[in-house]
Amino acid sequence: MSDASIITCEEALSLLAEYLDGELEQVEHATLERHLAICRGCFSRAEFERLLRKRLASLGSEPPSPVFADRIRSMVERFTL
Amino acid sequence: MSLDAADRGWFAGQVLGLLPELLGTARRLTGSSADAEDLVAEAVARAWINLDTLHQRDRFRGWTFRILTNLFLEGRRAEMAHPTESLLDDVSEQFSLFERFHQPFLLWWGDPEREFLDRLFREDLERAVDALPDCYRVVVTLADIKDLAYKEIAELLGLPIGTVRSRLARGRGLLQKALWEHAVDAGLGRTPSGTRTNLP
Repeated sequence: MSDASIITCEEALSLLAEYLDGELEQVEHATLERHLAICRGCFSRAEFERLLRKRLASLGSEPPSPVFADRIRSMVERFTL
Repeated sequence: MSLDAADRGWFAGQVLGLLPELLGTARRLTGSSADAEDLVAEAVARAWINLDTLHQRDRFRGWTFRILTNLFLEGRRAEMAHPTESLLDDVSEQFSLFERFHQPFLLWWGDPEREFLDRLFREDLERAVDALPDCYRVVVTLADIKDLAYKEIAELLGLPIGTVRSRLARGRGLLQKALWEHAVDAGLGRTPSGTRTNLP
């Protein structure tokens, strides 16, 4: 008897991006987590993708140059009330 | 509702506190430092003009980022919806950096993919993101840098969710392909004979 809650590595990898994006339905999410708990290869792949996204997320913040910060500060000071 | 000096002081504090994030997001969206600064300045001005429409000030952050993103997208939505055919034909969504690092003929031991990430400079990652075609860079930025849900991205860009999903997969594939090429150039992808790999 086949168990629908068991998936192959290929199926797991096809769900991985949406899993990491938090876009999977509860049942698929749980099914994938069970697979990751027993499959070292897919777990390593998931960890790598997670780390890469963490690095990417860090690009969302960039220190402004003092000149640009002054430009914004003086612009706001000139805003009319 | 009229705004007073206290409102302006509050606004200045909020904006200056958010400036690194606003600039980082604008930089990734536009792919250019000069354009990013102009976009942030315009978004700040528009936020001030519309501040009286923001009823819950604890939502200032999300509200301001939405203004910034919408400003960037003004006039670009048609281009986002219909990028050139050659871009859509790209098949890079299958490209996996992880799999490349685990090819059996490469001289690796330990965790090569983690070593690569540890050694990857921010500038190299920025360069790879900036080099993505607009239609992919914007989706990758909104999903992976701004952490927006597919539905939010679809609404912002005026695209079906399925299109967001496929653009994201292709954008990430292209990004990983660019990072792999960087790894090869940096000598991190070598065959046992010492020659560099030349993979598609």
